[in-house]
This record gives sequence, structure tokens and C-alpha cells, in this order.
Amino acid sequence: MTESYSPLDSRVYAMLRDSRMIIVCGSGGVGKTTSAAALGVAAATHFDKRVLVLTVDPARRLATALGLEALGNVEVPVALDGARGSLTMAMIDTKSSWDDMIRRHAPDAATRDRVLANDLYKTLTSRFVHSHDYVVTERLFDARESGNFDLVIVDTPPSRSALSVLDAPRRMEQFFGSRLLRLLTAPSQSRLLSLASRPFFLVADRILGAAFLSDIAEFFTLFRTMESPIVARARRVGALLSDSATSYLVVTSAEPVAMNEAGYLVEALRGRRHRLEAVLANRLVPRRLSDGAPQRAAALASNSDPVSQALAAAEREIAAVASREAEVLARIGTWEVDVLASESRAGDITDTGSLRGLAQDIRSLR
Amino acid sequence: MSAALARVAAAQGKRVLVCEMDDKGSLAAYLGRNELGFAPTEVSPGVFAMAMNTEDSLREYIRLFLRLPIITSLAPLARIFDFVANAAPAVKEILAVGKLCYEVRERNYDIVIVDSEASGHFVAQVSAPDALATLVRIGIVADQTKWMSDLLHDHSVSSVLAVVTPEEMPVVETIELRERLAKATPIDFAGVVVNRMPRDTVSDADLATARSIGTAQASVAVAEWLVDRRRAAQAQVARLAEALDQAALATVVETVLETVLESPDASSPSAVVDHIVDEITAHLGGAA
Repeated sequence: MTESYSPLDSRVYAMLRDSRMIIVCGSGGVGKTTSAAALGVAAATHFDKRVLVLTVDPARRLATALGLEALGNVEVPVALDGARGSLTMAMIDTKSSWDDMIRRHAPDAATRDRVLANDLYKTLTSRFVHSHDYVVTERLFDARESGNFDLVIVDTPPSRSALSVLDAPRRMEQFFGSRLLRLLTAPSQSRLLSLASRPFFLVADRILGAAFLSDIAEFFTLFRTMESPIVARARRVGALLSDSATSYLVVTSAEPVAMNEAGYLVEALRGRRHRLEAVLANRLVPRRLSDGAPQRAAALASNSDPVSQALAAAEREIAAVASREAEVLARIGTWEVDVLASESRAGDITDTGSLRGLAQDIRSLR
Repeated sequence: MSAALARVAAAQGKRVLVCEMDDKGSLAAYLGRNELGFAPTEVSPGVFAMAMNTEDSLREYIRLFLRLPIITSLAPLARIFDFVANAAPAVKEILAVGKLCYEVRERNYDIVIVDSEASGHFVAQVSAPDALATLVRIGIVADQTKWMSDLLHDHSVSSVLAVVTPEEMPVVETIELRERLAKATPIDFAGVVVNRMPRDTVSDADLATARSIGTAQASVAVAEWLVDRRRAAQAQVARLAEALDQAALATVVETVLETVLESPDASSPSAVVDHIVDEITAHLGGAA
């Protein structure tokens, strides 16, 4: 029964109604994953939508929030009481996502098997950070293209990594278009003859070692056979990220570092002309507690008994935190974005009920 | 935390290099600077600070190790950098780790403190020399990764200090970080610092008395909220201590240090560092 749930803030309601993809970014430890999950629960509860929440962080945060044990590359349906729509969760596993991509794009079985068995490929995809970024965008794209979901909510890795995820399709495209790849994959004789490429190989051989260089060349020669499907997709993924139905939500806490990061992200997203939906200030002190705290602290301070003194100290502490948060919110206001605020809740977020409550408590400030 | 540790070490007369890996500028703010560059600058007596930049690191590397003749044009270098950064990301990580290992090996500083990237990326970074060594068995890179791995694996030289806030997900991640790290590389895991522990403003006894009196209900609600918050944080610290203990790391539990960031005067980043410096100093005094 939808009626049994309290309504969402109108700003949050409109965001969930109008977006087809919401990319949640922000510094680490500000409740980004929890916010993404909460918005997913709220969207599936209040709208007749098929909602997917994707987490791209290598750590299994979402699984913890939802009490799901094995959240892997597969999509896991989440049971929601009285929901109008449906909710699915998935985590992106870098290695298996790359393998899927190679299987899909390889021109023939022989190339596919050689790439999958290549040592360089295995190490690159399983051990190195930036290999993650591209498959994230692949998964977003898949989720949208599949037609299985009406809204995709993405929890990105902390901060700057979120931007490298956004840049990944363009980098992939540039990589295939680069002279370097052509140089590397050219037959070795013509390489030596080419006057232009000689300085490059002189340096590259000395840094990387000739044997490694030829390993790289072999890998990328195989990889190039998949150039046109991968480049074509990278372009479409890039277009999807700047689509007007793709909105970005920057999450922050009142901590100075998280705020600096949020400010940076707001600027960066604007610079990329992405649709910045709002800044969500998370984990604020409940106003029902902090309102009037300084007055109550002053009244209590006039009593000398230890209990009154302890209560006065509590009132002063909550008043101090609230006034610091007010300064932070005022600063976000100067960025000329919509501001959403969410109060910290008692107890851990452990189930879908508390996630739903979290989303319902988000209110817009301007 | 990195800024505070650097200042504590410098106060003990050490020459300290502190480096921010993810270029977000918060270390600069905590050290009272607007920005940091690749070249270390002395931000306070004994504390040198830098921000990692892999392109600068590559330049320095080529200059120091390859002793190549001055490259007439920078264009080839830039192209190589594009290649290493975008196509062979391992090299980007190795350049960052390599720069820091170089400073350690050359003994330019008594302590090098690295403000690393988020935990998910950190494992890849710190194990990059090991990973690269399995790929490149000969050549300059192979020689280079060997000494880096040796330094990182030497428990008397390198240690990982995890910093965590007393909340469920960061605690779970820290426990996972330790497990993943143990699988990826034999680096020493020195311990965990619990940061931003809520203050102990109201005791349970005072709260119980206030409840029984029955007046000042709004203030009692505030006190309850603070007590609940602290209790939840303590439960997370206990969970962390238990997980680390189960992994036969009894000493780690002893190094769990609680610092308080919810201080009313903690309004500016450098005031926060002042506060943590006091806390660590007090803790060291207590341990001695």
C-alpha cells in the first residue's frame, strides 16, 4: 500500500520521476552509497518503475546496507513491501565485466581466447585501478540499453575517481585513435624504418624493456580487432553521460574536506555540461533537537547540579554542531545549486525500511 | 590524520615528507596552504609536503635513472606519457609508488607519510610493484620494481596505517582492506586509527538521573541522541577490534586510537589538525 508511506519532498519526487539515470558522486564516507540505495528504494516504492541501483565501488558497501550477502556482477532483486515498482541491485566486478565485453566484441573465437588468456590482459583487468572506470560506463550503458530498467541509480567511487569514470569513454575513443596504438601494433620492421617513431621506441625500450614492449604490442594488436565496436559504444556511452535525462547528485557531509570535494565536483560537472541535479548535505543534526538548544543550554547553566551541567553541555555541543552545519549550508547556497538536506538517523541503516525512511526525510532547502 | 602525524613526527625532531596521492588538495588545507606541488615545500619546521603528479614523476625518473641525453623535444615524452597513463595504467601507479620509494631509499627524510587514495584503489597502488614484476621479468622496469617491492615488504621500513570513522560501512571496508591487502602483498599492517569518535559529553548515569527527574525533556532528548551516537560508535570500534583480533593481530587492537573531531572549535581544517595533534601527543604520553 503506497498510501502507508509518507510522501517524498517535492524536489526529490521530481528528480526520481524525471530522471532515467542518476549518478551519485561525492567524497568517501559521506553516505553516498546509502543515499543511492535509499533513492532506489524510494523510487521503486513511489513510482511504477523498474529501478536498478549499481555500485561501482570495489568494496561491497551496498551489500551491507541491504543485508544482501552475495552481491556480484549479477543483478539481485530486492524485496520491497507495498512498492509500486521493483528494485534490483548489482555490483560491478571489474574482471568479469571486462571478460563479458571481450566476449561480446571479439571478431572470432580464436581472438577472444587469446585475449582472455593473455597475461597482460589478466593483470590489467584484475589488478589496476583505471581498468575499472571503463567497464563502469559499459555497465551503465548495458543497463539502459537492455530496456529492463526505467531508472538506473549509480553509486560512483569516491570523488576524483567519479570523474575518471566519466572520462573513460572519451579516453577509450582517443586511445584507439592514437598514433601510439598504430605505432605499437605496426609490424616490427616498418617500426624500425620509421624515423618518426624511433625516439619513442628508444625511450620506451629502455623504460619498459623490449620483451615487455612486444607483449604489449601483441595484446594491443589483438585488442585492435575490436576497435570499431568498442569505439562506437564508447561514443554512445559518452553521449548517455551528458544526456539531459542523466542527472548528477553530489553528496557531502558538513565536514570541511567533504565540502571542498563537493565544491570541486560541482565545478567539474558544470565544466562538462552535465545536468547537475542538486547537492545533498547528508548526516545533519536533527533540527527538532538543535532548535532552541542555545536557549536551553543558558537556562540549564544557571542550575549548579551536575545533571543540569551535563545537559547544558549536551545542548551546547548540539548547538555548536548545528551552527557549523548552518555555515556549511550557507556556503553550498553560494554555488547556486538546489540544496537537499538529510538528517542523521538513530541506528544503522540495515534494511529497506530504514532506507525508505532515509529518503522520505530528505528535504529541499532552496 | 596524515597532516597531524607529520606534525607529531616533526615535533620529535624528525625530517618528514608528507605526500597526498589523490590530488584533491585537502592535505594542503589541513597544512594551512592553498596548494601543494610535486616539489616538496617546507610547510612548518621539519614538515615537507608534496602532491603526487605522475607526469612530473616520470620526468624525474627519466632524468635520474635512465640518464638519457636531454630529449630535444618534449613531444615524444608527452606521447609516451599518454601511452603509459591510458594504455598501461600499471605504469602510472608504479611512478607514484616509485617516487615515494625513491625518497625512502635515498634517506632524504626520516619518515615519509603517504596520504593514500581511497581503500579500493590503495591495494592496487601498493601492490603495483608486485603486479608489474609478474609481467615484466627483465629490463629496467623489472630491476626497478624489485627494490620497490623489497622496501614495501620490509616491515621495519614500511607500514600501512588504516584510518577509519566509527561507522558501519567504513569499519566493514577497513576489515576488508586488511584481508585484501594480505592477499595482494606482504606489506606490514601496523594498525587502525579510529577518527571522529563522538565525544563523551553526557554519562549514562547523568542521563538516567535526568530521565528520572522528568523535567527538561527537550534537553534529555538531546542528551539521548548524543549518548546513542557515541554508543553506536563504540559498538563499531568493538566490532573492528574483534575482527582484527580474530586475525591474530592482538597488537593492532592496542594501537586503536580514538580521536575526537566533533570539537566545537574544529571549524577550520588547520584547527582540526591542531586538535588531532593534541590527541596523538596525549596518547603517546599515556603509552610511554
